[in-house]
Amino acid sequence: MWDYSDKVKDHFFQPRNAGVLADANGVGDVGSISCGDALRLMLKVEPESDIILDAQFQTFGCGSAIASSSALTEMIRGLTLEEALKVSNQDIADYLDGLPPEKMHCSVMGREALQAAVANYRGEVWSDDHEEGALVCKCFAIDAVLIEDTIRSNHLCSVQDVTNYTKAGGGCSSCHEGIEDILARVMKDRGETYKPGSAPKEEASPAGLTNLQRIRRIEAVLEAVRPQLKRDGGDIELVDVDGKTIYVNMTGACAGCQMEALTLQGIQQKLMEELKEFIKIVPTKVSSLTRAMKG
Amino acid sequence: MNGIYFDNNATTRVDPAVVETMLPYFTEQFGNPSSMHSFGNKVGLAIKKARMQVQELLGAEYDSEIIFTSCGTESDSTAILSALKAQPERREIITTTVEHPAVLTLCTYLEKEGYKVHLLQVDGKGRLDMDEYRARLSDQTAVVSVMWANNETGTFFPVVEMAELANAAGAMFHTDAVQAAGKVPLNLKDTKIDMLSVSGHKLHAPKGIGVLYLKRGTRFRPMLRGGHQERGRRAGTENSASIVGLGHAAEMAMAAMTFENTEVARLRDKLEAGILAKVPRSFVTGDPDNRLPNTSNIAFEFIEGEAILLLLNKFGIAASSGSACTSGSLEPSHVMRAMGIPYTAAHGTVRFSLSRYSTEFEVNRVIQVVPEIIAQLRRLSPYWEGDGPAAEPEKAFAPVYA
Repeated sequence: MWDYSDKVKDHFFQPRNAGVLADANGVGDVGSISCGDALRLMLKVEPESDIILDAQFQTFGCGSAIASSSALTEMIRGLTLEEALKVSNQDIADYLDGLPPEKMHCSVMGREALQAAVANYRGEVWSDDHEEGALVCKCFAIDAVLIEDTIRSNHLCSVQDVTNYTKAGGGCSSCHEGIEDILARVMKDRGETYKPGSAPKEEASPAGLTNLQRIRRIEAVLEAVRPQLKRDGGDIELVDVDGKTIYVNMTGACAGCQMEALTLQGIQQKLMEELKEFIKIVPTKVSSLTRAMKG
Repeated sequence: MNGIYFDNNATTRVDPAVVETMLPYFTEQFGNPSSMHSFGNKVGLAIKKARMQVQELLGAEYDSEIIFTSCGTESDSTAILSALKAQPERREIITTTVEHPAVLTLCTYLEKEGYKVHLLQVDGKGRLDMDEYRARLSDQTAVVSVMWANNETGTFFPVVEMAELANAAGAMFHTDAVQAAGKVPLNLKDTKIDMLSVSGHKLHAPKGIGVLYLKRGTRFRPMLRGGHQERGRRAGTENSASIVGLGHAAEMAMAAMTFENTEVARLRDKLEAGILAKVPRSFVTGDPDNRLPNTSNIAFEFIEGEAILLLLNKFGIAASSGSACTSGSLEPSHVMRAMGIPYTAAHGTVRFSLSRYSTEFEVNRVIQVVPEIIAQLRRLSPYWEGDGPAAEPEKAFAPVYA
């Protein structure tokens, strides 16, 4: 049974604003009947102010689809169209205190219904290129279509690549077989053979940097974060750069700090933005485990 | 726990008498049946008795044809992989589009490994075309794996006849009888069925115990190698308490066989008729004239199954659905799709599966509750208007993107 939040259950058992809105002037019909969810969102918009006076829905779908529809109508009533369009699917999920990863698409459907209804009100044609595949990575809710598209457009050839680009497979790793299957299929299409375990070729820096330029940029990023670390009584030093792996040494109070992983993650993110490529930051020498053993 | 449990094809409650029989095997009878002392000896004897009880339920000729496994899925995998290993020159498998994932997913995997898999289609009532089956059988067929009864609709396949045909073609025949065993009489000694899978928890024994029936003389290659347990055909220390429990449950199922096929069937029929009479635009899926006595699968058009289950659950009623959402997949039940049930109905299928513990009172209660739940959800459905579906529902609501 799904682990639905109390709020999801509440909006399912007592849906708000369900039923036909007779004098709607914006209607959006979206969904996918094959995957069992479809939604009609009806808006009554005040033309002078663009304010949504009323919003109602009809939904063919599961508990979370009905709850997402109900939540959406509650969220957008009283907003202007511009404000309403800023509501993201994550906002809908947050409003409901979260949705299971398999059910996030219900909130996506809500957002799309909103876009479709606004387009309909404005006399525009709304079309969507969103295509949804089977859920592969449950940790990060990444589906097969996204993985396949990403492999195709970025010429990926390893599970690690896929994790770097989409996060899929970066959690519990149970989906790696599924990711390998997609890799094998897509690589076959482009005339290559998927070889498990073969580390991705360390290509030259996508930003077109020489090794020296890269290392200087890495150092510049570390310099930038250093004052912050020093304030907390710690420091960081660059140990080595091996392809996409950057080895650092955390010293002082930073070493073994409970926030070490989080700090490194932040630095890794800054490095990736600066270098415009996926890199992995690895702390050397100091590990809380060895310290614990020594201590 | 109170509540109305009509989901016995998913799993059953362990009969209290079965639990009672099992308990000593967790405490004083904890010995390893392989051991050379009295701690193990009594356990060995208890397992021997359980093997004979299961033999009786399956109508097997010898008790040595019964191999205890950990579950139905293990039995299915063992059977199919063994047939391929034992006949390396034969590279083809025949199965059906409506098998349980335990068989279908394995076959998809084997296809990637280079085996050819023939999937037999079914008609609108879930029935096979025997001419298509005959045409697929050849000297390349290693194994035919066809379920005895479908888990979603209860529909029977003519496995006894199909086993004869497979045997004539020199192919092995396996059947997943996880839903059938304990609900309908089996008499394997008079059939050409080589291998058959049973799952304990579908017949009031615990989870984690299964059986592979292996007809004497059938060439076999074990999946688990190691110790000499189960005559070397399934290594691993015996799950003695569960084996004893399954033996007792098999004996109880034998004793209740007539009841299952008369009284349980009567309650099922009453439930089905009661719901169909009160709910418009609903119909039975599968073959109502040829199915398990306890199963009724009803499609409620224009609404979605998970929503139905959530509302049923609020009334303490447990059932299951073929909708995509209940499994987290994007497609509704492959069984419903194989029968050509349209999406607007396939997503709204609900399976009620009774047991010998189901009561008239429970049936009456479900008949009373279901129509209002269906009406409530239809009021939310964009395909529905007032008391009936919108005129031309597929046109009245045609959402963007599929």
